[in-house]
Amino acid sequence: MASRRPLRQAEVLRTVETKMILERRGLLKLASTALAAPAVMSHAALGADPVKVVGIHDTSGGLDIYGQPMVACLDYAVAELNEAGGLLGRPVQLINYDPQSNIQLYTQFATQAATRDRAAVVHAGITSASREAIRPVLRRYNTLYFYNTQYEGGVCDRNSFCTGSTPAQNVNKLVPYVLSNWGKRIYVVAADYNYGQITSKWIAKYAREGGGEAVAVDFFPLDVTDFGAAIKKIQAAKPDAVVSALVGGNHVGFYRQWAAAGLKGSVPVASTTLGGGNESLLLTPEEGNGIVSAFSYFQEVDTPANTAFLARFRAKLGARTPYLGAELAMRTYTGFQLWAEGVRRAGAIDRMKVIEALESGITHEGPAGRTVLDPKTHHATLDVHLARVENRGFRVLQTFPQQPPSDTASVCDLAANPGSNQQHVVDVRT
Amino acid sequence: MDLALAVGLQVLTGVAVLVIVSLGLAVVFGMMRVINLAHGEFMMLGAFAAVLATGAGLSLWVAMLLVAPVAVGLFGLVVERLVIRRLYGRMVDTMLATWGLSLALVGGMTMLAGNSVSGVSAPLGSVAVGGFRTSGYELFLIGAAVALSLGVWVALRFTRWGLVARGTMQDAETASALGVAPDRVYAVTFAAGAALSGLAGALLAPLSGVVPTMGAAYIARAFITVITGGAAILAGTLSASGLLGTVSTLGTFLSTPVLGEVAMLVVAVVLLRLLPRGITGRVLRRAL
Repeated sequence: MASRRPLRQAEVLRTVETKMILERRGLLKLASTALAAPAVMSHAALGADPVKVVGIHDTSGGLDIYGQPMVACLDYAVAELNEAGGLLGRPVQLINYDPQSNIQLYTQFATQAATRDRAAVVHAGITSASREAIRPVLRRYNTLYFYNTQYEGGVCDRNSFCTGSTPAQNVNKLVPYVLSNWGKRIYVVAADYNYGQITSKWIAKYAREGGGEAVAVDFFPLDVTDFGAAIKKIQAAKPDAVVSALVGGNHVGFYRQWAAAGLKGSVPVASTTLGGGNESLLLTPEEGNGIVSAFSYFQEVDTPANTAFLARFRAKLGARTPYLGAELAMRTYTGFQLWAEGVRRAGAIDRMKVIEALESGITHEGPAGRTVLDPKTHHATLDVHLARVENRGFRVLQTFPQQPPSDTASVCDLAANPGSNQQHVVDVRT
Repeated sequence: MDLALAVGLQVLTGVAVLVIVSLGLAVVFGMMRVINLAHGEFMMLGAFAAVLATGAGLSLWVAMLLVAPVAVGLFGLVVERLVIRRLYGRMVDTMLATWGLSLALVGGMTMLAGNSVSGVSAPLGSVAVGGFRTSGYELFLIGAAVALSLGVWVALRFTRWGLVARGTMQDAETASALGVAPDRVYAVTFAAGAALSGLAGALLAPLSGVVPTMGAAYIARAFITVITGGAAILAGTLSASGLLGTVSTLGTFLSTPVLGEVAMLVVAVVLLRLLPRGITGRVLRRAL
């Protein structure tokens, strides 16, 4: 029942939307006959047709803790570009869709972006499940795709660019920290879909390589809110540390219940995901302080470029400025900049020309430091930071400059196999 | 030994959560044969009432135990007056109307409060049980489930209102001939059920996050418990919660949360095949 009800809601929404589209078409027809002349004039005044960019991010539902800051950053990036004169002399028009944390709506909006909006690029997807739902759609319709989230690695598709960090870049920093500071026995709790399943294997692999072990791995569907039984189970296993790859607003309950059970002092927690959204804001200092994460950006990273960006960002958004947390929102900003640079270098928005330009070695210097697109994997070389939650924010502990996406590089070479179109599950023996 | 104790406590917590989640629904369904598909959203309103009241400076206990049930009870009174009253005896129409109400409540609350997850921290700290630590709030929930069940039992069995309500549900016309106004009894019963739902939402707020869509996470479990329990409000809810809560918690313990949930559903399906009218359709028939 729980899964059927949102489905019906989606159907209702779709009907309403279809109706709106039909009405809009009717109106447009009217407008095109009566107002044809002014319409042409306003186009002439703008100078050119806008370049259409589509964003698909969950700004409602359980994943909104990630989606809302991502959309704020994408909006800001487009506004900034338009104020600076647009792209190739044309304004950029951003169309945002909210798939409401519902995978079905992702494929629907991706199809719309490709066929109705004819987008030059689609920046979309938060969970890996949503990415794998829309990646084939956008490839089929020859629409360029950017995925700007840290994820489990392995996507090898010439039509897609993955600008976030992957396990060789983040888990590879987090697990050694846990092993050397907290102990060798790690208990893994992870979200039950491709991200958590694959990431937990990486955690186990790096634990083994560092002389430790993953004593157990538990998976939780995204709608689980009660972790009581799991917490008893973890205590029975007596680990030195817990590493979490839990995802979304519901799973924040784990950290809350862990602290409520009085375990934070005795068994410390590290996470590959906490901080990606506003989790650190939701947790009180007693619940959150001390949890360690690794990402390719934290709002608290202290560099002149980041300070200057945050000042501009706040000036523009005022009271609506969201907390950017770690990585996801900033990678969305950076991903858009990388695409824009590709378009400038290509001198066109045609998909193949832009892909070739992006494969010519594009670098972006920005608030998240230097990001270099790797032509062979379509992933990014970037700076990675280890940070600890402190009073609803993060304190950066250590920075690892220019980490290459070596996990994906071990299985993917798009220069040699440009036709590749799959997500390799890197063979991590556990 | 410690492990057995910890597992036992966890099973009790699982059962207690089911009792708390289902009781409001059981009162409305058992007494009035009204299927309230907005039950989950009533819980959501209770949770929001508690969070808002805490934010306004009230103590968490007052917010949870007083503000939430009173606010949602009053809301239930309004809903009964505007919607439910017009649809008595039309079960399918009531389902449709309350489903619509649930969508409207989710949408309305999203517009008012936004769709972000908010929450309150669990009070009461932690308690050591042998070598294990557990949150004191879980123990409190077990106590709350017992107190709620006792409260409902006393209200139905020993108060004049309980007698009148049960009489009206059995035979509204006779009750009416004896000078009872069935309309008023229906209204009060529905409001009481709503208040219990609101209280449930507030009690669970510290465990889960508070978000307009949170009702969906509980509604299925509440319905399965009430349907499996059968016609008797209290005996049905308690026996079904005891059985299903134990199965799902032990399943979670032995394997994963997914299989725990699956085990619970399998037991419910098998049980309904064998006892189509629920547990209390066969045993404890005359119980409350």
